[in-house]
Amino acid sequence: MAFIDYYTILGVTKTASDKDIKAAYRKLARKYHPDLNPNDQEAHKKFQQLNEANEVLSDPDKRKKYDQYGENWQHGEQYEQARQQQSRQQRSYGGGGQAFDFEGFGGGGGEDFSDFFQSMFGGGGGQRRQAKYRGQDLNAELQLHVRDILESHKQTLTVNGKNIRITIPAGVENGQTIKIAGHGGPGANGGPGGDLYIKFLVSDDPRFKRKGADLYSNAKLDIYTAILGGEITAETMTGKVKVKVAPETQNGTKVKLKGKGLPVYKKDGQFGDLYISYEIQLPTNLTDKQKQLFEELAKSSA
Amino acid sequence: MSAKHLIKATEFCVYHHLEQTFITDLQEAGLIEITIVNKTPCIPETELHKLERMIRLHTELDINIAGIEAITHLIERMEDIQEEMRLLKNNLKVYE
Repeated sequence: MAFIDYYTILGVTKTASDKDIKAAYRKLARKYHPDLNPNDQEAHKKFQQLNEANEVLSDPDKRKKYDQYGENWQHGEQYEQARQQQSRQQRSYGGGGQAFDFEGFGGGGGEDFSDFFQSMFGGGGGQRRQAKYRGQDLNAELQLHVRDILESHKQTLTVNGKNIRITIPAGVENGQTIKIAGHGGPGANGGPGGDLYIKFLVSDDPRFKRKGADLYSNAKLDIYTAILGGEITAETMTGKVKVKVAPETQNGTKVKLKGKGLPVYKKDGQFGDLYISYEIQLPTNLTDKQKQLFEELAKSSA
Repeated sequence: MSAKHLIKATEFCVYHHLEQTFITDLQEAGLIEITIVNKTPCIPETELHKLERMIRLHTELDINIAGIEAITHLIERMEDIQEEMRLLKNNLKVYE
């Protein structure tokens, strides 16, 4: 846990007046406010740091304490107490469903104060942003392997201590986000809950490249099969298949295996295609006999 | 739309410490939809997400209606471009 220089974050000196701090915070908030930077985690983090710096430096008591302890904050009276509280929180976390990182966005909110802040000022994290009516939207990411999206399936996730059963739609693409209405933060004054946005991070299968629902792969083809035609075994997402090779197949030829791609998102029963590019392998370490045969072939083609 | 999906603008303004004219101004700028039920202006629940964003821009960053209008258009464009970039990035992997 490192010391955080709140003055540097706001770009003010230690002698800055309340007015200077307010002005600096406003200026930076206009740059990094989450509502002005949708889907930008970096801006969101910076805004949280700004809020935290502002929370401390705009509050005379907190600022005094911060200035007093400075980098010797670990001797702060609440440090030990907060540390114990954190350790209790960590022990009680987890269990049931998949571990799930989530965070609020879209609001000004001072959520997720740093460990440093909590150590110095207690575990409460200052004034948490309260919903005034509609609850806060929450943002989460879910890691998936491409084989997890071959068919729609339900999965239980634990978000904010609650189990949520969601459907992972077949064919969902990397970076795609779905909204689970009403599963964000609770509303206030009778207002509805916020929404939960889940972004799917779909990792690739190293054997294939993906473009939408279509898959692309390479297959090695020996020169004899390429020239004379034949059959090879090709890998698909769901197993191996036999593919006929036409005689006189050229290097780089692409063949399409219809319907052997990924499911098309939100189109039940439709699948993309698998395109296989042939890489023709030239023989090496030829025997004398083979060389002789190639020479004869060369002469006959001249 | 059923009544439970409509929120009285007056109530909403109380919770947000807002003048109702702010909501009316947003509606006149075409930024939100308001439904009139028994002569009472109501906000459809589906509008709350963007309305609360506009309120935050106004109260937290001192941005006026004209500024909110400009920002709303820019954010819509930005989100479209982000989506286009996501698709392009995914498609580019085929050529890596």
